[in-house]
Amino acid sequence: MIRIYSISVLAAGILYLLAGLRPESSDAGFDLDGFARLPVVADGRIKPMDTVARTHLLTLQGRQRFKTEAPTEIKRTPTEWLLDVFYRAELADDYRHFEIVHPGVLDVLGLTPEDGDGKKRFSYNQMADHLEELDRQATMAQGIEAPARDVFQRAVLQTRNRIIAYQQLKHSLVVPDGRNFLSQLQQLQDELPAGVEAVRARSSDADHDDALANRMIDAGQAFMQLDQYAAMLPLPPLGEDKSDLAWQKTGRALLGAFQTGMVNPYALTYAAMGQAWRDQDAETFNKLVELYSAQLQGDFGDRLRKTSIEATFNQAEPFYRSSVLYVVAFLMAIISWLVWTRPLQKYGAQLVALAWVATTIGIAIRMWLEGRPPVTNLYSSALFVGWGAVGLCLILERIYRNGIGTTAGGLIGFGTLLIAHHLSLQGDTLEMMRAVLDSNFWLATHVIIITIGYSATFLAGFLALIYVVRGVFTKSLDKATADALSRMVYGIVCFATLFSLVGTILGGIWADQSWGRFWGWDPKENGALLIVIWNAIVLHARWGGIARTRGIMALAVFGNIVTSWSWFGTNMLGVGLHSYGFMDAAFWSLVAFVLSQLVLIAVAYVPAAKWRSADRLARG
Amino acid sequence: MSDLIAAFSRFFCSLRLTVVLLVMSMVLIFVATLAQVQLGVYGVQEQYFRTFFVLARIPNTEIPLPVFPGGYLIGGFLMINLVAAHVHRFQFTWKKAGIQLTHFGLIVLLVGELVSGLLQEDYSLKLEEGQTRNYSESFRRNEVVIIDQTDADFDDVTAIPESLIAAANPIQHAKLPFRVIVRGYYPNANLAMLNQLPAGAETANLAPNPSTAGMGPRLGLFPAPLTYKDNERNLPVALIELEGAEGSLGIWLVSPMLVQPQTFDYAGRTWSVGFRFEREYKPFSLTLLELKHDVYVGTQIPKNFSSRVRLQSADGTEDRESLIYMNQPLRHQGFTFYQYQMDSANGFSVLQVVHNPGRALPYIACILMSIGLTWQFGFHLLRFTRRRNNSAA
Repeated sequence: MIRIYSISVLAAGILYLLAGLRPESSDAGFDLDGFARLPVVADGRIKPMDTVARTHLLTLQGRQRFKTEAPTEIKRTPTEWLLDVFYRAELADDYRHFEIVHPGVLDVLGLTPEDGDGKKRFSYNQMADHLEELDRQATMAQGIEAPARDVFQRAVLQTRNRIIAYQQLKHSLVVPDGRNFLSQLQQLQDELPAGVEAVRARSSDADHDDALANRMIDAGQAFMQLDQYAAMLPLPPLGEDKSDLAWQKTGRALLGAFQTGMVNPYALTYAAMGQAWRDQDAETFNKLVELYSAQLQGDFGDRLRKTSIEATFNQAEPFYRSSVLYVVAFLMAIISWLVWTRPLQKYGAQLVALAWVATTIGIAIRMWLEGRPPVTNLYSSALFVGWGAVGLCLILERIYRNGIGTTAGGLIGFGTLLIAHHLSLQGDTLEMMRAVLDSNFWLATHVIIITIGYSATFLAGFLALIYVVRGVFTKSLDKATADALSRMVYGIVCFATLFSLVGTILGGIWADQSWGRFWGWDPKENGALLIVIWNAIVLHARWGGIARTRGIMALAVFGNIVTSWSWFGTNMLGVGLHSYGFMDAAFWSLVAFVLSQLVLIAVAYVPAAKWRSADRLARG
Repeated sequence: MSDLIAAFSRFFCSLRLTVVLLVMSMVLIFVATLAQVQLGVYGVQEQYFRTFFVLARIPNTEIPLPVFPGGYLIGGFLMINLVAAHVHRFQFTWKKAGIQLTHFGLIVLLVGELVSGLLQEDYSLKLEEGQTRNYSESFRRNEVVIIDQTDADFDDVTAIPESLIAAANPIQHAKLPFRVIVRGYYPNANLAMLNQLPAGAETANLAPNPSTAGMGPRLGLFPAPLTYKDNERNLPVALIELEGAEGSLGIWLVSPMLVQPQTFDYAGRTWSVGFRFEREYKPFSLTLLELKHDVYVGTQIPKNFSSRVRLQSADGTEDRESLIYMNQPLRHQGFTFYQYQMDSANGFSVLQVVHNPGRALPYIACILMSIGLTWQFGFHLLRFTRRRNNSAA
């Protein structure tokens, strides 16, 4: 019977994961999925429209969907939202998708929370009258060195950067002023040689068709505006050079028409898609997407395949879905301490394993997309710390079969994915590596080993937490489990010492190879060293008999604080070679985490007789 | 007496001391990391790690008080603790071999860090495209130079380190027909042309400038606080009086900011006087042939910096080209040249030049410690699984 239940739990988990593979659909019959897969060059790499949409939605408003509450009630999938920004700016300018919470920034913009959707999201049009003042404030803030900026200054800059990003996006494909860009381009194509002649004639005061010259100049100005404001390079090259470097901005490509006498056909295609979207003509739109995709198959087939896989990966949301499974597994494991022990332990372990496999696939796809080892920035380190720790939990669960590995795995797996989600709000997570860090060899050795060191130190800390919480607050901690936990923590600390030490020294060797010093007392290096020393302290305290089981557990919990400092705290200082992961918002979360750990250390020192599990621990 | 020795040996061998020292080192490292925001990496190294005590000044005075043991003290005690414990308890068994190897590796690592701290030298080498140089310049140290330029083919340089200038004692050198007297010294200062000061500029901050010769009389001298920032350096100013047999030749204001040589004639020879970044001459030269600064497509994110250089030895035994880029330095005769900074718009590249005799030690330490720990924990794991299997069976 248990077997049938167990298979059903597993099957439900798999179905839930696979449900993400359903393509994005539209009520009006638009081939949104096809558009989402189209490749563009942005932030230094080829990516699908889908990633552009999701990254912008996340940075603007912290969510991958756009919807507003009643009375306006608008709902848009990422691609629909992107199409509106591209082609129906007059609608998008009214979308309340800029999240602004700092009261000072709202004052600058002349807004109150009540004006916002959900009291915090505002539209471009709501801010339009105050952009000059915002820009003045941002320019002042920019004059101050980044680490010295206060919360208001950071918020002002963030808001301004979001508006810039939105403006850039609007200018990617067509001029966003509601004109019929397609017909303008078509007319230009027909009039081109004569038009250029007319402009030439006008400048030399010769006879010319004035209206024609004006149309040319108007087009030229529009293209220049597109070139100036856009950031994305959506158009594949027409010439011999088919490399990523040759992709073009729409404005730049269209300006070329005045030399070549031919309007860029890809720009024309995108304009035509735009007109179809404006007319809500699904049939034409779909046809154009299909034709354009087929056209790309020739020279850019490999690009299209790659962006297509990335779009599928985005839509499947493997990390989000895994985090849900981790939570379910964690709850099962907790309940298993109290009732229905064996079966729940088993189902929980299955779900953790399933979620771990899904994150493994997710990480592997990211590696393939990027052509890099798994850890390249703070976001991917969060994924990998979780992956490593949960992997160790699976091994522990296999050895001990007592639900502890599942509990810790569910908790750490969910926690790290939550952290990763918050880190993803800062932009494209598959960002390019800055020159200093551009070394796959060292990324694959130093960074991976040190990250596994973080994983293991956290795991030891979380196992210790389980010991403390179960012992003090429940009656479920018996002698056998306590001993098992004690052995687990010791084993994991040994493992953590090995990896954090070797990883740290390898980091020194990388520094020596690349920058000419083995050790520079850089904050991140110091952070790594603190982890090594802390693990060494735990081991020496145990060997010297200075700390017994409870002491070791308290020390291991403190390891969580040390590791979180090394992982995030050091990045908040904003100095040193490693400050690639600079961030502000997480500061208070870190403080809260540290405090919670200190409280739990204090809890560990509740007199042994007062522990709810005291009897069972004594009985043995 | 032997009781005392026993007590000492118990103290220095104890694991308790190890733990206490490790905790103290964590506190030191943590506080030093926070201090970097103010002091910069270099300031922190000097004031926290390469010192026996961390000093704090009594408020409103210049009196330093030791407030915490510094890196040398904690590291030294750790070293004594480590060596003493091993000498005292050493006993070779396979079971303990891993631990012993790890600790031996740690000793090598600490010694290596000490050697680097004492002997490593860092210089920078700034080259414009096409330029050739056979010397590099110190990142922090400066020197006053008095150069006999009479001979068109070579300069005869007498260099005085900044530390001697700071000490302000009169200097008499066999090669110089005059004495050098320091009339003023500012470890960091700004200069401005007096006639170009904006109207109504704050002149209250002007320091006295008694200079009488060269550029000096036309300059305003503004002392500045010492900077510890990693991207700034202190630019000192000195007021140098030269005194020949017949009396003073004048007072010159010198600073690394003044790149034009200040020349004068004395005793039938032509001299120049200046303050410059301390130079280290090498028996070979580098020429910058080409520099490259690549960015990712459509962005300003740097992808790669590279400098193609030509290396020529003075004795003509070596003449080759080499490409220096990120993570790929050039090594030659114990010196390592790293790509450090680049300004492709202005066509120059800065290389960092490092000489460190203790360079190999961390590598050896890493190997020893990795083997040691793997051995130790592998041993434990093996025993653990064997015991489990036995109990399962």
